[in-house]
Amino acid sequence: MTAGAAEMAPEGTTTDAVRCTDLSYSFGTHTAVDHVDLNIVPGEMYGLLGPNGAGKTTTIRMLTTLLKPATGTVTVFGIDVAARPMLVRRVIGYVPQMLSADANLTGLENVELFARLFDVPRRTRKDLVDGALQAMGLTEAATRLAGTYSGGMIRRLELAQALVNAPRLLVLDEPTVGLDPIARGDVWDYIERLREEHQMTVLMTTHYMDEADAYCDRVSLMHRGTIRATGRPADLRAGLGGGATLDDVFRHYTGDTLDDAQEEGGIRDVRRARRTARRLG
Amino acid sequence: MTYAAPGAPPAASVELPVIRDNPVAGLHRLANRIVTLCWVELRKIRHDRTELYTRAIQPALWLLIYGEVFTRLHAIPMPAGVSYLAYLSPGILAQSALFIAIFYGIQIIWERDAGVLTKLMVTPTPRSALITGKAFAAGVRSLIQGVVVLIIAAILGVAFTDNPLKIIGAMMILVLGSAFFACLSMSIAGLALARDRLMGIGQAITMPLFFSSSALYPTKFMPGWLQAISKVNPLTYEVEALRGLLIGWSTTLWLDTVVLVGATVASITCASLLLPRLANR
Repeated sequence: MTAGAAEMAPEGTTTDAVRCTDLSYSFGTHTAVDHVDLNIVPGEMYGLLGPNGAGKTTTIRMLTTLLKPATGTVTVFGIDVAARPMLVRRVIGYVPQMLSADANLTGLENVELFARLFDVPRRTRKDLVDGALQAMGLTEAATRLAGTYSGGMIRRLELAQALVNAPRLLVLDEPTVGLDPIARGDVWDYIERLREEHQMTVLMTTHYMDEADAYCDRVSLMHRGTIRATGRPADLRAGLGGGATLDDVFRHYTGDTLDDAQEEGGIRDVRRARRTARRLG
Repeated sequence: MTYAAPGAPPAASVELPVIRDNPVAGLHRLANRIVTLCWVELRKIRHDRTELYTRAIQPALWLLIYGEVFTRLHAIPMPAGVSYLAYLSPGILAQSALFIAIFYGIQIIWERDAGVLTKLMVTPTPRSALITGKAFAAGVRSLIQGVVVLIIAAILGVAFTDNPLKIIGAMMILVLGSAFFACLSMSIAGLALARDRLMGIGQAITMPLFFSSSALYPTKFMPGWLQAISKVNPLTYEVEALRGLLIGWSTTLWLDTVVLVGATVASITCASLLLPRLANR
C-alpha cells in the first residue's frame, strides 16, 4: 500500500482526466514503464516525479499518442488513446522537454502554424493567435524570429502554441529544465494563470522536487518504471514526520537519493540531454 | 457534442470536439496540412534567402561551363535545331531540385532533435499527411529554385516553350520529382536516424542518381547495364517529362507522369511507416 492511495478519486464517480491501467512499455529488454496505474482528476495539477530514466517521459509518450502501450490502457477524458489517437490529440496540449520552437519562423508564425494544424477556422485564427501570444506576454516579440528568443520566452511561446487548441489537458514534460531561476519562476506564473483562467488539467513531469512541492496538487513518485507513492506533497512529507522534504520522501520510498538514482538515466537520456545542450550552446 | 461516461454526474462531463472520420474530411485535412506546411516553407524562404542564392551557383556552373563547352564540342549528337544547352537545361533543373530534396531528411532529423517533430505528431495530423505536407514543401522550395535555374538558362539563350499549360505541367512535374526525392530522403532518415549518417548517404547517392539518369546525355549512348539502371531511376522520368514540356523534345509524357506519381505514393507510404521509428528515438 502506497502512501496517499486514499487520496485517489474514488472509482466510477467521475470521468478522470487521465486514467492509466496496468500500463507497461519496454525498449528491447529494458522495461521503461512497469505496470503503472494512475488517475488524474479534472482540474488538478499533477506531477510525475523521478530521476531521468524513471519512465516519466515514456509514460507521457504513451499518453500523448506517440507510443502505443505494450500492455494496459490509457484514457484521456474517457477516450482510449490507442483506439482514438486523433480525437485525443484534439483534447491535449503538449510541451515537450526540449525547447522546441522553430527558430526560422517568427513567434507569430510558430503559433499560427499550430492554429492551422489544429484546424482553427480562418476567420477566428488571427484573434486566437494574437490572444495566445498576448496571454503569454509575447505580443511585443511576436514578429521577431524565435531564434532570437531567450529560453524562458521559447517556453512561453510553446505554451502559446499549445493554447490555440484550447486543450482540456496540458501535458508538460520537464517544463523548466534548462531555464535560469528567474525564467523558471516566470514560466510557473504563466502556467498557474493559464490553469486558473481555463480550468485546465495539467500533467507535468519534473525532477525538481521543490517545484513539485510548490505547484502540484498531487504527485506520484516514479522510480525504475514503477510508481512508488502517490499523494499530496504535504501529506507525503507529513507521513515522514516534521521537517521532511519531498527529497526525503523520495529516498524513503525508493531507497535511492535523487542523485544516485540519476545514474539510472541510461544512454538514451544522455543522448537526448547532449542534443539539447548542443542546441542551446 | 457532450461526452460523459454512463452514470457520470454532469460536473464530470467534458465538451469534446466532434471529428468527422470520413474520406472527404480526411482529404480536406490532407489538403489543409499540405497548404500549411508549404506556407511554412514559403515563410522560411522569405526570412532567409541566402540558400536561394548559394544553391543557384552550382546549376549556373553546370550550364555556363559544362553546357557551353559541350555545346561547342558537339560530343553528344543532337537532332537538327536543338542545341545541347537546351537539351541540358531540363536536366540541370531536375538536378537542382534533386539536390534540395535529397537533404530534406536532414531537416526532419533536425526537427526530431529539436523536439519539433514530436510536437507536430501530437497535433491531429496523420503521419502520412505530415510526410505529404513536407514532401510538397520540398516541392515549393525546388520550384522557387527552379525559376532561378530557368532564368539563367534563358539568359544563356535557351528558348523554352511559351505555352502556359506546358509551363504549369513542368512545374507540377518538378514538384512531384522533389516530393519523391524528399520522401526517399525522409525514409533514409528513418533508417539512418542520425544527421551525419544521412549526410554521408545523401552525398553518396546524389551523383549516381544524376549520372545514371538522362540529365546529361540520352540513355541510348549508355552501356547496357547503365541503361538498365536509368530505366529504374525516377530522375530519368522526371528529366524526360521536363524536356518534353519545356523544349518540345519527343517524350512519353504519360508514362513519365505515371511512374513519378507511383514512385511518389510509394515513397510517401514508406516514409510515413518509418516516421514513428525516427520520432521515438
